[in-house]
Amino acid sequence: MPDIQSKELKVRDKQEMTSPAEQTTPGLVFTPAVDIFETEKEITLLADMPGVKADDLTIDLRDNTLTLSADTAPVDNTDENEILVEYETGRYYRQFTLGELVNQDNIDAKLNDGVLRLSLPKVEKATPKKIAVKTG
Amino acid sequence: MIYRRFFNVPTLRVRSPWDELHRMRQHLEHVFDDAPQQRVSAGVFPLTNLTEDKNNYYVRAELPGVKGDELDIQVTGNNLAISGERKIAAEEEARYHRREREAGTFSRMIGLPGEVDTDKIEANLENGILTIVVSKAEIAKPKQISVSS
Repeated sequence: MPDIQSKELKVRDKQEMTSPAEQTTPGLVFTPAVDIFETEKEITLLADMPGVKADDLTIDLRDNTLTLSADTAPVDNTDENEILVEYETGRYYRQFTLGELVNQDNIDAKLNDGVLRLSLPKVEKATPKKIAVKTG
Repeated sequence: MIYRRFFNVPTLRVRSPWDELHRMRQHLEHVFDDAPQQRVSAGVFPLTNLTEDKNNYYVRAELPGVKGDELDIQVTGNNLAISGERKIAAEEEARYHRREREAGTFSRMIGLPGEVDTDKIEANLENGILTIVVSKAEIAKPKQISVSS
């Protein structure tokens, strides 16, 4: 198996959100790329959100629906002329339905270098119990 | 092309099965030419925006999760080379539900349209966005010419 860390990155266009409902505010909305994984104790979500400041990020958890939304400040370039435009900027929005119960009091969110790391601890009930199998 | 003569019809081209495809392609090209925002991408990671004002060129790229010391930026003449590696730390005992983020190396060359002052280049990485400000060389800066009347 090739080393995952050393492969060359392929260019990918930013994923624009496709939503049945129209936006009320103008501007583009993008879907951030995420990694979601769980360990026995918690569910962790990593999302790429370049250009987002901690104050602009809203994380909302309601009835098992997790909503991430973030505004990005447009680049202040009123007197700059565009020569080459390969990507657009805009808001980020993504929703997830959580299958498991989450301890809402201990949710931890960190934003570093444009990557959000969200830790959602599972409630006691959802942590798997080892079931001993008796023989004989 | 094959032409055949039939009765009084001067020249009638025999329809080849490709005619219809050719027509469709022309139609599609026409449709896409009319698309208002046609973005041209070099197809190399990272996606880059290039702007200019009177004094500087601004190169911007989205590099979430990349640290400043993992980036290598070099300038040769008016070519700017950006290379580096995006690392995603391995998680212990993790069972993945989704894995959309990618790690790997990248290397990109950007040609700047005019002469630059290679001593005056600043690069800044903030919130996952890389901004490189490249000063234009004196000869490349526009000069205001006053009109006397």
